[in-house]
Amino acid sequence: MTVESEHRNHTLVVTVENKAGVLARVASLFARRAFNIKSLAVAPTDDEGLSRISIVVDGASAPLEQVVNQLNKLINVVHIQDLQPGHAVERELMLVTVTVEPDHRDDIVEKLDRAGGKVMSVGIDAMMLSLVGAPDRIDAFEDFLRPYGILDLQRTGRVALANLDEPID
Amino acid sequence: MKLDGGQALIRSLELEGVEVMFGLPGGAILPVYDPIIDSSIRHILVRHEQGAGHMAEGYAHATGRPGVAMVTSGPAATNIVTPLCDAYLDSVPMVVITGQVPTGSIGTDAFQECDTTGMTSGITKHNFLVTEAQDIPRTIKEAFHIATTGRPGPVLVDIPKDIVDPRSPNSAMEWSDDVEMDLPGYQPDTSVDPAAIQAAVALMQAAERPVLYIGGGILKARAAEVLRELAELTGFHVVTTLMARGAFPDSHELCLGMPGMHGNFTAVTAMQESDLLIALGSRFDDRVTGRLDGFAVDAKIIHVDIDPAELGKVRRPDVAIQGDCRVAIEAMVELLRVQGVGEADRHAWRSRISGWQERFPLTYEPSVPGEALKPQFVIEKLRDATPDDTIVASGVGQHQMWASQYWTFDHPYTWINSGGLGTMGFSIPAAIGAKAGCPDKTVWAIDGDGCFQMTAQELVTATVENIPIKVALLNNSYLGMVRQWQDMFYDERHSEVFLSKDVPDYKGWAEAMGCFALRVDDPDEVEDAIAQANEVNDRPVVIDFRTEAREKVYPMVASGTTNSDLLVHPSQEDQPR
Repeated sequence: MTVESEHRNHTLVVTVENKAGVLARVASLFARRAFNIKSLAVAPTDDEGLSRISIVVDGASAPLEQVVNQLNKLINVVHIQDLQPGHAVERELMLVTVTVEPDHRDDIVEKLDRAGGKVMSVGIDAMMLSLVGAPDRIDAFEDFLRPYGILDLQRTGRVALANLDEPID
Repeated sequence: MKLDGGQALIRSLELEGVEVMFGLPGGAILPVYDPIIDSSIRHILVRHEQGAGHMAEGYAHATGRPGVAMVTSGPAATNIVTPLCDAYLDSVPMVVITGQVPTGSIGTDAFQECDTTGMTSGITKHNFLVTEAQDIPRTIKEAFHIATTGRPGPVLVDIPKDIVDPRSPNSAMEWSDDVEMDLPGYQPDTSVDPAAIQAAVALMQAAERPVLYIGGGILKARAAEVLRELAELTGFHVVTTLMARGAFPDSHELCLGMPGMHGNFTAVTAMQESDLLIALGSRFDDRVTGRLDGFAVDAKIIHVDIDPAELGKVRRPDVAIQGDCRVAIEAMVELLRVQGVGEADRHAWRSRISGWQERFPLTYEPSVPGEALKPQFVIEKLRDATPDDTIVASGVGQHQMWASQYWTFDHPYTWINSGGLGTMGFSIPAAIGAKAGCPDKTVWAIDGDGCFQMTAQELVTATVENIPIKVALLNNSYLGMVRQWQDMFYDERHSEVFLSKDVPDYKGWAEAMGCFALRVDDPDEVEDAIAQANEVNDRPVVIDFRTEAREKVYPMVASGTTNSDLLVHPSQEDQPR
């Protein structure tokens, strides 16, 4: 992912009522209005009546203002926070199983250590790793692993909170 | 007080002030139909659920109160999808109640089960699947609140059978007169930003070629009177879109009529040449703008809308005002009274406008005795022989455009049509709904033969329920608007647009449905037929006017062209623009 395209991506943190079918309403609104979702993460909040949907929107697919305004029309959407690129802490978790001959394990583990990741499981010719980080760091680590042979990979989609020195709208 | 869910539902509707509802019972909704027997609400039994939905829309358009329809699950819910979408696109306040299979059967593909809330989430302002009888009163209150506030729209409430069926323990509930709504994500904002009003007024004071571009939002905001104040105070000309016909009187000297694909030349051209468009409750629909990159290129834009998502959706405004149109216009008027309407010289603009009006009036070749009727002629005769505040409901197609063009709408809430969705078959059920809500007014449906065949069965409803509407059927044996496009853009190759010269026998069909019916072939018979129709008030009336199929709607902005390329009537082609 280039820097330029990363800057088009906005993270919307959408607080919704924790009710049946709300995620479907949000997802179908994106589909119907032809807005592209780059990543999506849904989880409960500290208030059991509310859930939080973190959506990374491709700002090139539609004006962000229109995405926000249309989302706001959903009755179950309580609040929307637009986290500007570079003004929020963004994290993503990757689990990845990579083919690796015993000779190469040290290279990978060393690099993983430096990135703050963990080895979760070790097989005869494969390892499962976990890494939490900013999405671009996860991308970079994925690129690094690819030549070894990725057997399986799962990313959570990004979650985010505004920087503490940023005013919350 | 202990009630069952069905009783609670009907009582909740009564508390919302519902006087009339439109519907058709069936398995899943059956328990709710029992308490209707004891209710003050008048239930009108339709012949098809689509009819119930359009009747509720017609009722809402005419009265300003939310229309209510109730139908069963499955195929009934799918049949009412079209009216829901129609109401969504035209911002019509409506509450639709659908039956659903019992809560324990949801998701099992039970008989007459369909995912009604899933299916309608994109075409309703909101919908609810109620799973507890105790939640019914709150949900109904929320449904009416959502349907009627902010930008109005349709709300659907899906009710599983077990929570309303007294034979199921799940239907037990404790009635309370105090129910609180719980809508943390819904706070429509009707107030307007004074700074934005000031900025708008400054643009208005400086404008030399201003046009007030009025949409259906003016009617929803009950703002027709204050709009007239604004127009008269400023002397700015007014165009009323298809959804706003009647919001400003057609016979007013500042009214330029309808803009858009089949708008008056002057309305279209004034917008196109304007230096300031004041969009009030309008949404820059593609039928109004034509090709967008060539639309009113010199115009600055003031856009007032209650829905923030409309501001900048199509055309970026110079001044965006989110809020209620009536509140915004009142604030503009107040400021303009204090500050004056500006020193800008608008004389040249006014004379250009009157020049266009003189050179490009709406026109057609008159009817010749002995030949087929001109549809425009029929509408003019009908207009002249009916009360000033007659409600006109139209279907979709050529007849709709001619009705909008040739009628004189001098009162708000007298024109009812399907603008956004363009639903053929809309007029007869919408007219029935309007008449049910306004029994003292004359209601004419102006319909085409293609449309008539889609929903004519509701004339049975009109007869049986004693709702005496009148139908002017402009019958040219064709799907006329499609034929017009084939004539103009497909080398007159007519593909699947000819219906039939003789079948059905509309007079016989209408009589079979209990209507008084006439057939008119000759221009000389038109006035007499309308006079006869006006005499009949104890049952519906249908007049089958046999009209000329070659007639085209002019002016026309062809698809993909700009409003500057407006095609005028052939007799006006040599006029200088």
